[in-house]
Amino acid sequence: MSITLVGIAASPGLATGPAVRHDGASNATVEPAATVAAASERVRDDLAARAARATSAEGRAVLEALVQFAVDPELVGGAQTMVDGGTAPPEAVRSVAAQFAEKLTSLGGYFAERAPDVIDIGERMVAALEGRAVAELPRPGYRHVLVAKDLAPADTATLDASEVLAIVTEQGGPTSHTAILARGLGIPAVVAVRGAREAAAGQDVIVDGDLGEVHVAPDPTLITALQQREERRRNRVSKTSGPGRTSDGVDVKLLVNVGTLADASAASEVDAEGVGLFRTEFLFLGRTDEPSIDEQVESYSQVLSRFVGRRVVVRTLDAGSDKPLPFLGLGEEENPALGVRGLRTAVSKPEVLDRQLTALASAAARTGAQPWVMAPMVATVSESRWFAAQARSAGLPTVGIMIEIPAAALRAHQLVAEVDFASLGTNDLAQYALAADRQQGELGALLDPWQPALIDLVAAACAGAERVGRPIGICGEAAADPALAAVLVGLGVRSLSMAPIAVNDVRALLADTDLATCKRAAAAVADAASAADARQAVWSVLKL
Amino acid sequence: MAERSVTVASSVGLHARPATLFTQAAAATGVAVTIAKDGGEAVNAASILAVLGLGVSHGETVTLQADGDGADTALDSLVDLLSQDLDADEPAT
Repeated sequence: MSITLVGIAASPGLATGPAVRHDGASNATVEPAATVAAASERVRDDLAARAARATSAEGRAVLEALVQFAVDPELVGGAQTMVDGGTAPPEAVRSVAAQFAEKLTSLGGYFAERAPDVIDIGERMVAALEGRAVAELPRPGYRHVLVAKDLAPADTATLDASEVLAIVTEQGGPTSHTAILARGLGIPAVVAVRGAREAAAGQDVIVDGDLGEVHVAPDPTLITALQQREERRRNRVSKTSGPGRTSDGVDVKLLVNVGTLADASAASEVDAEGVGLFRTEFLFLGRTDEPSIDEQVESYSQVLSRFVGRRVVVRTLDAGSDKPLPFLGLGEEENPALGVRGLRTAVSKPEVLDRQLTALASAAARTGAQPWVMAPMVATVSESRWFAAQARSAGLPTVGIMIEIPAAALRAHQLVAEVDFASLGTNDLAQYALAADRQQGELGALLDPWQPALIDLVAAACAGAERVGRPIGICGEAAADPALAAVLVGLGVRSLSMAPIAVNDVRALLADTDLATCKRAAAAVADAASAADARQAVWSVLKL
Repeated sequence: MAERSVTVASSVGLHARPATLFTQAAAATGVAVTIAKDGGEAVNAASILAVLGLGVSHGETVTLQADGDGADTALDSLVDLLSQDLDADEPAT
């Protein structure tokens, strides 16, 4: 009897195979390490041995970085100092690792991404001190679906992509380690599947990384139907390239999101028409002083120069008290998501925005690129008007606003009339529409981009922009889902900005779909009672 | 006490590969070197966790300090390292 478990789609595609369970902790005992230093050495040796067996260059690099953490003199020395002061060794290691992880988390961006690694290393040292063996990933010797509570960074690095067909985890979100790894390897993954290990172990499963579903012991008709769907998808994707358009020739610009200089360099190689969201935070995060205008000009020029003749939409600094920047002078806030962030920071410190706009205009002049510039977190008409005036007087002629607050979506005709274009930020729009904090993992289902209420707000914003004759695009998770992209096009969106990996799938689906079908897909959402219903209805309209 | 100030040239700042190369080089000097940002707290330059914890971005200035025999040579080699874009030959991701 087939059962279907629902989670969050984390990496697209479809795979079928026997589920093999991985339980992180092992029951095996080993000789406990006598000291913190001995634990550090044991973890180092273990990780170095894994690095030697790593299945990819990236995996080896991750493990080698973890080895460095394991032997870090401040981690080992700091823990030993606490032990000398009377703390039990496991508690000392956990405490020092937690301090470093907290520090990294507070820095945001790249630095924050390393925090789970520090915790992983701490836990490995604790296991060594307590005499517990660390469980290795299962190697059953046949191709399988890996089902785990969650994967540790060191696990993901030794994962054998020739044997693992797909990944299912009980924890994690769409941006967790597991999700990133799976997308990198090009294998399907579904995360946040409750009870997956119990339900799936030892059974044949189908992992549907497009819908975020896991079918346990599927019946043959379902298997055939899903396999045909996957085959159609592969066929579509292999056939298309070049600018995005629907099958009846409506142009839909396919753009990519860029958050760092390295992203920009990779993005310039992608078959896309430019950058739909250039996040400028990387220049500012973790700094005590604002970067100088010269430094900003230099960085912006590096990005712009790669896209001369293509569109680049630059978003001005989107910071707030959750990503503290000392030079913005923001205090502690109870609810950073509802506080002084985005364009609102320019109220007390307009000069930071002024200098950013000046630097962008110089970079544009220097490179010959014509960047579009937009402000994040715009709520009112007067904010929109004010930003447009600032940007234009800085010498940036094409000005826009992000629509990510429900108020802005509902009054889009007035806000967007003040500027030249609008871009929907569906991740924040979902957070505000469903009153679900993006940082709260257990609220993930409310943030599903298929939530009908979210799509209603998108529809309102599109109608508003159309009324005043301004183009509207999307940057956010929603644009990366091909079926949802068709809905958005049906609502009037004419540019989609996404992670580079999603571009081919979206291009292929649009190339197979005409505008009338996109509009029917959008209409189907209007009648749906849930995110799952909406997706189901649209898939049926699109015959996926 | 020898001291040097240097602007970090790596485009990702002192993170990932540049941070790894820097801390390994600092450890290899055999001299106790510290690194600080903008008059902030000086931390052990041989500790990857401490160096990452400074959150140094591209274009920021850091101050290195060391004492005793070999301090000047050690600092010169580390300044040289930080003045290069250590991320330059990393494959694009």
